[in-house]
Amino acid sequence: MEYVIEMLGIRKEFGGFVANDNITLQLEKGEIHALLGENGAGKSTLMNVLFGLYQPEQGEIRVKGKKVNITNPNIANNLGIGMVHQHFMLVENFTVTENIILGAEPTTMGYIKKKKAAEEIAALSKKYGLDVDPHAKIEDITVGMQQRVEILKTLYRGAEILIFDEPTASLTPQEITELIQIMKRLIAEGKSIILITHKLKEIMEVSDRVTVIRKGKGIGTVVTAETSPPQLAELMVGRQVEFTTVKTEATPGDVILQVQNIVVEDYRKVDKVKGLDLQVRSGEIVGIAGIDGNGQSELIEAITGLRKVKAGSISINGKEITNLKPRKITESSVGHIPQDRHKHGLVLDFSIGHNIVLQTYYQQPNSKNGIMNYKAVSKKANQIIEEFDVRTGDGEHTPARALSGGNQQKAIIGREIDRDPDLLIAALPTRGLDVGAIEFIHSRLIEQRDKGKAVLLISFELDEVMNVSDRIAVIYDGKIVDELDPKQTNEQELGLLMAGHSKKGAQA
Amino acid sequence: MSNRVVNILVPIISIILGLIVGAIIMYASGYDPIAGYQALWQGIFGDMYSIGNTLRQITPYILAGLAVAFAFRTGLFNIGVEGQLIVGWFAAVWVGYTFELPAIIHLPLALLAAAVAGGFWAFIAGFLKAKLQVHEVIVTIMLNYTALYAVNGLIKYVSDGGYKTPTIHETASLRSDFLKDLTDFSTFHYGLIVALLMAFVMWFLLEKTTRGYELKAVGFNQHAAEYAGMSVKKNIILAMTISGMFAGLAGAMEGLGTFGKMSMMNAFTGVGFDGIAVALLGANTPLGVLFGASLFGSLKYGALNMPNAAGVPEEIVSIIIAVIVLFVASGYVIRLGLQKLAKKKEAK
Ligand SMILES: Nc1ncnc2c1ncn2[C@@H]1O[C@H](COP(=O)(O)OP(=O)(O)OP(=O)(O)O)[C@@H](O)[C@H]1O
Ligand SMILES: [Mg+2]
Repeated sequence: MEYVIEMLGIRKEFGGFVANDNITLQLEKGEIHALLGENGAGKSTLMNVLFGLYQPEQGEIRVKGKKVNITNPNIANNLGIGMVHQHFMLVENFTVTENIILGAEPTTMGYIKKKKAAEEIAALSKKYGLDVDPHAKIEDITVGMQQRVEILKTLYRGAEILIFDEPTASLTPQEITELIQIMKRLIAEGKSIILITHKLKEIMEVSDRVTVIRKGKGIGTVVTAETSPPQLAELMVGRQVEFTTVKTEATPGDVILQVQNIVVEDYRKVDKVKGLDLQVRSGEIVGIAGIDGNGQSELIEAITGLRKVKAGSISINGKEITNLKPRKITESSVGHIPQDRHKHGLVLDFSIGHNIVLQTYYQQPNSKNGIMNYKAVSKKANQIIEEFDVRTGDGEHTPARALSGGNQQKAIIGREIDRDPDLLIAALPTRGLDVGAIEFIHSRLIEQRDKGKAVLLISFELDEVMNVSDRIAVIYDGKIVDELDPKQTNEQELGLLMAGHSKKGAQA
Repeated sequence: MSNRVVNILVPIISIILGLIVGAIIMYASGYDPIAGYQALWQGIFGDMYSIGNTLRQITPYILAGLAVAFAFRTGLFNIGVEGQLIVGWFAAVWVGYTFELPAIIHLPLALLAAAVAGGFWAFIAGFLKAKLQVHEVIVTIMLNYTALYAVNGLIKYVSDGGYKTPTIHETASLRSDFLKDLTDFSTFHYGLIVALLMAFVMWFLLEKTTRGYELKAVGFNQHAAEYAGMSVKKNIILAMTISGMFAGLAGAMEGLGTFGKMSMMNAFTGVGFDGIAVALLGANTPLGVLFGASLFGSLKYGALNMPNAAGVPEEIVSIIIAVIVLFVASGYVIRLGLQKLAKKKEAK
């Protein structure tokens, strides 16, 4: 069998820390090859080596049997390697077409031939079923479409080998289904794909083979048809992993969060939350199920003070907090795991230690009379790093930017849970986490509940909502349209309610 | 090679490259580079008088560099140091000649006036950015001109149509007989102590206080700062104001130290703009700024000796400085070279 890509014995260090240690990955032509490993195992690093963003200390890369030296992404492009990064690299106020041709503009005498480019892009998008609007601006299109733009970008440059780094982490279930169709079409057209994902279901569904890495070391490659999710999980973690969350009956107490008839606008001044009511009691986890864009983000931002409430009221522990400053709300014992960890959750240029005290830096013991006590900060940081198994290169001093995506997430979750708030808002808390970490985070959320705290969970994954919540509130078009007991509903019913069908319609 | 070593090596290599380029240009234009550099050296360290004046020259560069560096560390680009320096200069001189007070009150008061004036000038830019999202670069550039012409007008007004202010009282002066005797009648003054103290203040503020933590967080990521409950607007305004206070003090060095008065100017002093290069050379850290300012001040002052002692035009130093700044700014090239070198060594 001929391999289109061979990475042999790759080693990559970051100042003494070994992120990749003697890893071998061989990609056959026309296959979807999954790359699986825990958070911080070194998957993104390995792919960045292949794409020319990092130079390996040891090992060699062969493309179609020929040894190559990929010292920058342009060389990778010329070799037919394209990468869709986990965090998109698009210019927000450029159009789709402009973004796709950026850096590879077709020109005559210095003039960009936009029309010709647009035609080529239209042809490509038709061929692969990548539906985009070539004239729309990036800032106006959905995440799913942005991702299709990224894929088109690689195809426009003639990529034969596509690397997808956690493409499904930020997509809704519908968009994931579409993406899987697209990947299958790409393979049919003779492309080869390396796919990084933490979702074993997706691996089982689309991949041909799986290469597993653990803590920077290559564990081996298995054929998907001959393996199973539990076996994959065990290969990856090195122990057996529980898949169903075990939890006892909830014993709800007093109302902690009371949201009454609130109206919230989005950034375009369009009403996104339209008279929404919600209650979360102590000792229960309420899951919000809904399709992205039905007001979830605005609801969370309104509760946490990041967005003004136009009408209605919000209270915590019976105390009115409507339109208070974020700090006052945080001090009313509200914790918030934000949806976008890079935008809100972390100061990427701070060390992980500094990030741990983002909301508590001004309180004792982290500081006194305006003077920081970085010893105390260290102590707290190390405790959280330990407790939540945040894997860092250089302990609390590691810049947050240098942590793997999943470990950034674990650090944020650790910080929020450690503050032990009466109300914990968890927005897509397990986005980008490996199966082991998801299990751990779920159990920590349940632990908070058992301690008598209120937890509000927002997730696009129905599995998660159904397994973790004690009560499900379905959000549609800015309102809670129904409340369900997770034990007495199913994905079909939820799916219909989320799509705006009434309950009667759902039963019929 | 560790990052720290590289960070120190880049400016040093840049300086060497700058000097080599300077030598080549001198040689190519028919001057003797060795004599030229000897004259430069003499001009900087030749005698106590030169050393005194070199130190005097370094002082405002330190403060201008701190102003730019502080703004940069808090996510702002203060191009208005020049204007803030000018208003600071005038404020210090005005307090210096208007009031009659004991030195222990008068001098600090004059320094404070400079800091407040410079701070206020920068506050305008900070306020407009925070409240109306006007970019600070545009506002600070315009405020430079406003400061220049407004202060010229004020000088005319306070001197009844003259072109310079009265001289400040002894009690507000940074000069001293002791320093004058020590350095053979140079204009060296106590301002250096103020500058060093401010370098410490900047370090302490940014690295040790909760305020510094907030200012940096807002500078790096406003969304995360807001999420964490910090007031983004307040911190932007404050950061800009503090930066302007450093700049205002740079003006006080000229007003209370070097000149003892202020004359109408038909062009900028240039110190404020050089502060950008100083901050760049010093990688925006207080210690680095001290280093960058020393280099700048020494070269600028030492260059004055070159035409007399070696017949080399002093502009050659402007070229050398430009080359150094260029290499530091494009430090990437040097970094790449260092990496290649390290790899070769490993291979052997
Ligand atoms: N630029 C860097 N500097 C220092 N350390 C780094 C850097 N990039 C990655 N690392 C470290 O290398 C390890 C592997 O990171 P990598 O991003 O490859 O993990 P990953 O397998 O993609 O994890 P995830 O599933 O969480 O995305 C991590 O421990 C990370 O802290
Ligand atoms: Mg990754």
